[in-house]
Amino acid sequence: MTATRTAAPAPRTETVVLGGLRPAELQALSARHGWSLSAGELCAIQSHFRGLKREPSLAELETLAQTWSEHCKHKTFTSPIRFSDGRKTRLIKSLIEETIFKATKQLKKPWCLSVFKDNAGFVSFGSKWSLAFKVETHNHPCAIEPYGGAETGVGGVIRDVMGAGLGAKPVLNTDVFCFAAPDYAGPLPEGALHPRRILNSVVSGVRDYGNRMGIPTAAGGLWFDDAYRLNPLVFCGTVGLAPAWAVRKEVKPGDLIVAAGGRTGRDGLHGATFSSAALEGAQLSAVQIGHAINEKKMLDALLVARDKRLYRGLTDCGAGGFSSAIGELAADCGARVRLEAALLKASDLAPWEIWLSESQERMVFAVPPKNLKAFKEVFAAESCETAVLGEFTSSGRLQVAHAGTPVVDLDMRFLHHGLPRAERTAVWSPAKSAPAKSPAHKKSLAQILTECLGHLNVCSREWVIRQYDHEVQGGTVIKPLQGIRHDGPGDACVIWPHAATGDAADFQGFAVSHGINPNHGKLDPYRMALACVDEALRNLLCVGADVSRAALLDNFCWGSPEDPVQLGALVRAAEGCRDAALGFGTPFISGKDSLYNQTKDVGGKDLAIPGTLLISALAPVPDVRKALTMDIKGPGNALYLAGLTAEELGGSLFHEVCGRCASCTVPSADPAAALSLFKLLQAALGKGLVLSAHDLSEGGLGVAAAEMCFTGEFGACLDLDELPRRAPIYSDEILLFSESPSRLLLEVAPDREAAFLKTMRGAPVKRVGTTMANPVLKVTGLDGRVALEAQLCDLKCAWQGALPRRLGA
Amino acid sequence: MKKPKVLVLRAAGTNCDLETAAAFDAVGGASERVHIDRVRTGKTKLMDFDILILPGGFSYSDDVGAGRILANQIRLYFKELRNFVRLGRPVLGICNGFQALVKAGVLPASHGGEQTAGFTANDSGRFEARWVHLRLNTQSSCLFFKGLPEMIELPVAHGEGKLVLKSPRQLEDLKKNKSIAMQYVSDDGKLAGYPANPNGSIFNIAALTNPEGNCLGMMPHPERYTTRFQHPNWTRQTFVKEGVGLEMFRNAVEYCRG
Repeated sequence: MTATRTAAPAPRTETVVLGGLRPAELQALSARHGWSLSAGELCAIQSHFRGLKREPSLAELETLAQTWSEHCKHKTFTSPIRFSDGRKTRLIKSLIEETIFKATKQLKKPWCLSVFKDNAGFVSFGSKWSLAFKVETHNHPCAIEPYGGAETGVGGVIRDVMGAGLGAKPVLNTDVFCFAAPDYAGPLPEGALHPRRILNSVVSGVRDYGNRMGIPTAAGGLWFDDAYRLNPLVFCGTVGLAPAWAVRKEVKPGDLIVAAGGRTGRDGLHGATFSSAALEGAQLSAVQIGHAINEKKMLDALLVARDKRLYRGLTDCGAGGFSSAIGELAADCGARVRLEAALLKASDLAPWEIWLSESQERMVFAVPPKNLKAFKEVFAAESCETAVLGEFTSSGRLQVAHAGTPVVDLDMRFLHHGLPRAERTAVWSPAKSAPAKSPAHKKSLAQILTECLGHLNVCSREWVIRQYDHEVQGGTVIKPLQGIRHDGPGDACVIWPHAATGDAADFQGFAVSHGINPNHGKLDPYRMALACVDEALRNLLCVGADVSRAALLDNFCWGSPEDPVQLGALVRAAEGCRDAALGFGTPFISGKDSLYNQTKDVGGKDLAIPGTLLISALAPVPDVRKALTMDIKGPGNALYLAGLTAEELGGSLFHEVCGRCASCTVPSADPAAALSLFKLLQAALGKGLVLSAHDLSEGGLGVAAAEMCFTGEFGACLDLDELPRRAPIYSDEILLFSESPSRLLLEVAPDREAAFLKTMRGAPVKRVGTTMANPVLKVTGLDGRVALEAQLCDLKCAWQGALPRRLGA
Repeated sequence: MKKPKVLVLRAAGTNCDLETAAAFDAVGGASERVHIDRVRTGKTKLMDFDILILPGGFSYSDDVGAGRILANQIRLYFKELRNFVRLGRPVLGICNGFQALVKAGVLPASHGGEQTAGFTANDSGRFEARWVHLRLNTQSSCLFFKGLPEMIELPVAHGEGKLVLKSPRQLEDLKKNKSIAMQYVSDDGKLAGYPANPNGSIFNIAALTNPEGNCLGMMPHPERYTTRFQHPNWTRQTFVKEGVGLEMFRNAVEYCRG
């Protein structure tokens, strides 16, 4: 380090003595302060300061701990991993570079405007606009304070999008939750909240924040597995709309550092480090307190200031507060900060607390001095407070003082690139193959179908969706609840943002969907990743989006990366993401990971969540007037199944309902084959040849057909013998409930069948049934007899009643 | 032709102002989104406008009751509002704007301007967003309803939409002077309970007007139904032409043009 200080060190507030401490002592020090730094990382800090011939201040150590946290630096994804799959061992230098980033780089899509470097990824949207998309998790806070945790999770991801590029206007919120069953009756360790309480509070938190911000929450999902009982997962996402010119920020030395929004308080100290460790003895004070109105005022002011081009850069204060916001904005130049200028909630905050506080609804702007007056006026007009905290410099240093006393003086290079990379070990042992055996059960097909529809992972989410204002801004043209009574399960939402921009002649919109199935991941994380991407894309296809322009986000939620088996599964899932992205031609534009989702259960053993991958997909809908819904539109129409069915029941809902068999194949998507099918389908949809489309996921054909029928209030008869198959299948239940990926059920009017088949020539598409006025679902089995006949009202009741009943609502 | 000037009033937490303003512009209005502080400080004058719109949202976060603080501000800083209404200029409060008009004593119209009705939490105890069937009072002289069918559909989205009145007599008075502008009904047009009546409002009241018909407050959101593609069943119903919400706004604009 060349930049040693020559002058005698000035007196500092609270110095921490690292000199002479052994690794074990450093580790103990880290634990005492809640830094979540490893001994190796503290050794690097120790030797850095030895070179400077001084000891670090507490604020410097806190800054390093936040900046180097798993939460901020994604150490697991960027550090070397020695991966062994039982046969070969190889070294992965950086998992993210070799999987997610690699696919995006290789695909090189010109419409990807900004990927992985900003708060959110940007894609182009027509010639004048761009869309920013980000999905975040807020898992640890939601485990201990679910209402506040969910609120600040939503608030945080909204700010991410507000702070992306030069600021985007949020136009859609998404939410995906993974919880234990709301009527979970097993034991819970002391202090753990019951899953019902968590679900209720998280939904309320997302509702209260999103609704108050005036952002439609119109896409999402729920997944239940009792292994989430101590570590619930809360994924909050936001799509933002920005003018095409506003996707890049450029901070210049001399620009003023201006903080805007809420005041700084003691709430949310150590959020980043807390999120980067297992949840034990966690402190409630690590959870921030949200107040949406402050963020709304800031948003209103920000958009005015952006369009007047009053600032050159901005970012939100998330984990690490000012320390990471200013640290990131100034990474390529330098910054001088005067903490006494910050507006505070309480006057007795220590300097390091001001610097590290994660109080919500704050953002930092880089404002050229000549614009300061106008900038302040814009914010004052929305009664939003601002304070000038200092200026960006060209020193390459992060220099922070409080009333003249230096608090932090760190080299930017050490702060951002000084983190030592520790090598981890990962192993993956594929499940041994054995002959598949069907589970023994005595349930009829109708019974199985009814149970599938009433399963928590399939049943109606109306109770949740209704609580969100999913139509504010007037652009939700394809709604999350569809059909004749507005209560059926849509595949994806379509947003037409021009109801609010006033450009009513522009009918371009966009669709957002998700893919998630941790049950597949328990057996084969690689195939889970393929299937998640496949599912997300099919959902987009069903509403009429252009999947060749789909952009993806990855969100990995995993247990401990120190466990080689869990890390091995993570590596496989990441490789699946890469191969899916390359195969489907759909780049990742942003992503996030949340690790250490494991907690000591009753009895003292670690309970880790199942490795969970959420794929979120965004694609333009070239003309929203051609979008479609999944409800059957009328009687006498043909039902076509697109895609091949195979005996793929590993991790399926059928097995949840009927009992697992010894060995079974996890659904395996073939991106190349799927892509050519999707292209033809998209052409058929674009020509208006299809009346409705629905993807086959949990519960296979049976669940998809039932949902389409009861949502449209028309019956259907299906003939299982007509299903296009990859290999011979001799069982009705496998045909009806297999979860083979890349399949869709389509409704085609009789006078369009010829044109439809012509468009689909060469694709695995076959007519499997007919719709009818009689409100029943009738399935003919392989033996030519009626294998299932169920009243739609009974199927719908099972599907609608499950969540309210099990919630006790 | 002269464009009627539309004041779309904003406050901290208002969130339906952009699409409301855009809808008015689409039917020939000249809308301006104005923060209430500008009116308070005299930078913007209410009487310079032809139409006043109070759009939906969560003004001041609704923390002390939906629309309560905005209502107080209207009382304090909008002294000219009474005059504006008396002159027959169109005033429309939507959702939070309706709540504020009621709490400010503008609706139901009373002689002294005191608050005579209020809103409380939905019977379901939750914020809910859903499309509802509404029956318009064809006997009311509400200028926003001109040419509209008796039965319409619009979305509601609120947590405190249950209208409560001071006394049973007040309900009779409202009926008598044709102030009940819209009622929640089932799809066959009958007064019905939840979910047809999404909040438990007395006598299924969804909207109130003054007897003169130029000041309307409504819980449903007309600005969310300005094209047929916003209707939940547009992929089924090919006969849906344009949103009825847009018709309401057009009526106000055309009324001002004379």
